[in-house]
Amino acid sequence: MDMRTTSSLLYLDGITVSFDGFKALNDLSLTVEPGEMRAIIGPNGAGKTTMMDVVTGRTRPDNGDVYFQGGEHDLAKLDETEIAELGIGRKFQKPTVFDMHTVEDNLLLALKNDRRVRSTLLWRGSAEQNARINALLDTIRLNPQRDRVAGSLSHGQKQWLEIGMLLAQEPKLLLVDEPVAGMTDVETRQTVELLKEINRDRTVVVVEHDMAFVRDLDVKVTVLHEGAVIAEGSIDQVSSNERVIEVYLGR
Amino acid sequence: MISAALIRSLDRNATIFLAILAAVTFLVPFCNLVFPPGSMLHVPTYLVSLFGKYVCYALVALSIDLVWGYCGILSLGHGAFFALGGYAMGMYLMRQIGTRGVYADPILPDFMVFLNWKELPIFWYGFQNFAYASAMVLLVPGVLAFVFGWFAFRSRVTGVYLSIITQAMTYALLLGFFRNNFGFGGNNGLTDFKDILGFNVQSAGTRAALFVVSCIALALGFLICRALVTSKFGKVLVAIRDAESRTRFLGYRVESYKLFVFTLSACMAGVAGALYVPQVGIINPSEFAPANSIEAVIWVAVGGRGTLTGAVIGAILVNYAKTTFTSGPLAPYWLFVLGGLFVGVTLLLPRGIVGTYRHWKAEREEKKKAQAPAGVGHAAE
Amino acid sequence: MRMFCDRLVAFVLAFGLLLAAPAGNAQTFDAALTKFSADSFGDTEEAIAAVAASGNRMAAQVLEALQDARLAFDPASKKIYIKDKDRVLDALTGNPVPASGELETVRVNNRLRRSIEAAIGGLTLLSPDPAKRFEAAQAVFKSRDAKLMPLLDAAIAKESDASLKRALLEARAAAILNAEEAGEADKIDAVAVIRARGDQDALGLLSGLPASSPPAVARAAQAAVGAIQNQLEMWAGVQNAWYGLSLGSVLLLAAIGLAITFGVMGVINMAHGEMVMIGAYVTFSVQELIRTYNPGLFDYSLLIALPLAFIVAGAVGIAIERSIIRFLYGRPLETLLATWGLSLILQQAIRTMYGPTNREVGNPSWMSGAFELGQINVTYGRMWIICFTLVVFAALLAMLRFTRLGLEMRAVTQNRAMAASMGIRTSRIDALTFGLGSGIAGIAGVALSQIDNVSPNLGQGYIIDSFLVVVFGGVGNLWGTLVGAFTLGIANKFLEPFAGAVLGKIAILVLIILFIQKRPRGMFALKGRAVES
Repeated sequence: MDMRTTSSLLYLDGITVSFDGFKALNDLSLTVEPGEMRAIIGPNGAGKTTMMDVVTGRTRPDNGDVYFQGGEHDLAKLDETEIAELGIGRKFQKPTVFDMHTVEDNLLLALKNDRRVRSTLLWRGSAEQNARINALLDTIRLNPQRDRVAGSLSHGQKQWLEIGMLLAQEPKLLLVDEPVAGMTDVETRQTVELLKEINRDRTVVVVEHDMAFVRDLDVKVTVLHEGAVIAEGSIDQVSSNERVIEVYLGR
Repeated sequence: MISAALIRSLDRNATIFLAILAAVTFLVPFCNLVFPPGSMLHVPTYLVSLFGKYVCYALVALSIDLVWGYCGILSLGHGAFFALGGYAMGMYLMRQIGTRGVYADPILPDFMVFLNWKELPIFWYGFQNFAYASAMVLLVPGVLAFVFGWFAFRSRVTGVYLSIITQAMTYALLLGFFRNNFGFGGNNGLTDFKDILGFNVQSAGTRAALFVVSCIALALGFLICRALVTSKFGKVLVAIRDAESRTRFLGYRVESYKLFVFTLSACMAGVAGALYVPQVGIINPSEFAPANSIEAVIWVAVGGRGTLTGAVIGAILVNYAKTTFTSGPLAPYWLFVLGGLFVGVTLLLPRGIVGTYRHWKAEREEKKKAQAPAGVGHAAE
Repeated sequence: MRMFCDRLVAFVLAFGLLLAAPAGNAQTFDAALTKFSADSFGDTEEAIAAVAASGNRMAAQVLEALQDARLAFDPASKKIYIKDKDRVLDALTGNPVPASGELETVRVNNRLRRSIEAAIGGLTLLSPDPAKRFEAAQAVFKSRDAKLMPLLDAAIAKESDASLKRALLEARAAAILNAEEAGEADKIDAVAVIRARGDQDALGLLSGLPASSPPAVARAAQAAVGAIQNQLEMWAGVQNAWYGLSLGSVLLLAAIGLAITFGVMGVINMAHGEMVMIGAYVTFSVQELIRTYNPGLFDYSLLIALPLAFIVAGAVGIAIERSIIRFLYGRPLETLLATWGLSLILQQAIRTMYGPTNREVGNPSWMSGAFELGQINVTYGRMWIICFTLVVFAALLAMLRFTRLGLEMRAVTQNRAMAASMGIRTSRIDALTFGLGSGIAGIAGVALSQIDNVSPNLGQGYIIDSFLVVVFGGVGNLWGTLVGAFTLGIANKFLEPFAGAVLGKIAILVLIILFIQKRPRGMFALKGRAVES
């Protein structure tokens, strides 16, 4: 294990995943340092979502290493629940919140807490937890909707609620899949602010299509294509990279 | 702690439901025992047993609703848990017959003497003891559900796949219990019971007592379910039902939750079976028929899944209709009605009776205070 | 001394038979018969030999009567009678006579029984009827009577039919092995002949050789026993595999329509079994009509029923899809309940129309009967069902691959939105696909009517099995269904000898449940992101 594994928060090396011969990820290597915010871009089918699947334990890599917290945990050996418990939160591309629960209950379920059956059976609310939920509601600007059923929220509100749920988990690493898809410009700008705020004490990996949004984030960018990294650097660096131009604009 | 759970679970609907149940629990035996036959207010003993049967069915419906309505697990195998509980009770009742059987063997039940068995099989040991048998009523369905669920949920068998293998499970048990050498009386099952805890099972008093006990079991089951679904545990169940993988990514061990609720539900079904058997006087392998399990699901659907009172109301309504139809000249048409119920409810009334009523009420309230954005969780009762 | 007597008897018997005039000698026959009346085993044995040697037309009848304890004598008159059901025949003439006085049965013991068998075998070895000769050869083979050697040799010399000749040679070999005076080389040759026969009887013969056999013969016999045992095990395996294939074809037939509706469309149709049932009742109705109007067409009844069953079941399927299932797409659990309700309605409808009892569906002549293949027994019905199943399977594959409808079906199931935007009328394709699956279930019903009881409950017996086959094989994969059906069929038949039919079935159910735990998406699961979500 080299220096990079030990200092990094997330370490992927030589990851290959294939589905019936199609290589969704092809020898992908990537490291994310603690406290960093990273944007990952790439055209459709570049393997962005599959990469998140590998990190969160939904898909097992055929080959390669996935380590978390400086090589402390081998993610390839853990399942979704165990990985979530380690402190990796994930926001899906399509907002998935619990439609039948109120906004408040959604956050309550996500709140960092003992997740075992026994403790949820015997659970009782506490002032401290209420305070945390209130703070989160403020962060995601949903305090007025706290008693609404999540299913009745607007698309953008659901995205925020989901981000709020991720925050409630108090993860060390947040994986955010296309957070501004379907958002208005105002909502997009607010989301940039939100992510930057979150990044103050957490590591964030954002997968996105929207170049304007990535430019606004102003962080290191990794470009994926056909399951592998083709460029890495600031948004200006990668957008002047010939390979990236070729991939995005066609030859 | 318990009182807190009790207070939390007793909202207005639940209280009304329990009050009605308490009234029925008192009135039916009272009218049966106090008023003489021929009186306007007399309830004949056969009706007491019939109502007792409905109450047992209601308990099964409750147990199915807990897993299906709240956790999204459509079990087509609850008939098996019901029957296993019934067999455990049946075995106790068989052992009570003693020398009053046709062959008057003090130990062996008649069917074993008939099959020329010399000794009581080991798994029949202990069933002469009521406490032991009662423990088995809970343990046998519970352990089966635990083992089955442990395999199924751990490997993430969900949706219709799970439904089909639960059906295969009850089908396998059906085949097994039909065999004589399984040791449970083959296709005749267990019958000719004499007494329970020393009381004659045929007597009006015992029947009334069994009815009361069934009602108490239903009330307890209802309270347990209410306490569960109003707790944070219940919120997790609904979360699993609506977005299983989201729940998993939040760090909940989904399979543990499913396993707990599935096992608990199987135990409830087992209790229902155990109370059912002394009231109908027989238990045989046909109780394992997959059709029975599916029929129980439709009770829940008719009443409204995800509403506990709905499950109870559905079970009683459908079975009342069944009794009315099958005892009259319309008997051949019952299956058309039942089949029509399955189709009609899923197509036209997917929320069921209680669910539709609550939805309608919630919408009306929404309209009334259109300005105030207060949501109503109609699914999480 | 015994030896000598035996040989003498055999000699007399053989030559007596060979030389006896066709008419027989009434005098000797009469004298021989009288010996039976002494009712001592010694006299009876002599009488058997004499009767056999007499060549009288009654000889066989007398010996058979003796064998069945129907030969009786009148202690007073010493006359011999044959009891034939409720009549009494004079053994001498074969004419019925009124029963006179108390008749006593001539007793026999085991040694005598063997003599009788041998004598009867000998009597018929030269019969002009090939079937009788074959039976005789088998009887001699079982009796292993060395006394019949000369007769056998004569029969072998005369025999022209190859298979009969082999039977006679085997009988001769059996006799040689039990004749102490035969040479070692002859005996070893005989072992080889028996070994080639290779069935259960050969095994019994070789493992029960006389203790006096020379060591070389015993060794050869032992080796042969081992070889035959292996061979028999192999044949038992082949027979089991055949039964398994047969069961597998039934499973496949029942599941193949489901592989379309559930596997391809994802619609869980609990009324699938009722489509099979409808097909069976169409067959019944067709046969009823043929019986009434044109019995000569009976052999074609299944061929007439096939398209009709496809159309009727397919039409019912389309009606179901249009009226119920299309409102429930994407809600599998509700679909399950609604179609279960439908199955109840269909069953009750059939019960109202045809009555609740089993209906008799006849087998056309080409579906009945059986033939031997090696040591396994193949019934025509099962054989045709296997062939039919494979034809249906191949036709379905070809239909999906090569026709316009098949192409559109695959397009709709892979990407509904895209297919719709290409101008495919997806709802029409849904209805047709469902109709196709139901129609195939209908023709499965035609075939299953031949081997199962045609009753309103016919379909219920298949529904769970069919689902298990489809799930086991891998949803959305027709080849998986094929492999799944035959795997389950064969596994079932190989488990049956150990566990019995019911326990075998339970074991299979448990195994499938465990298998689904291991591979929730079946043997031939499709992989990829589409399946994951």
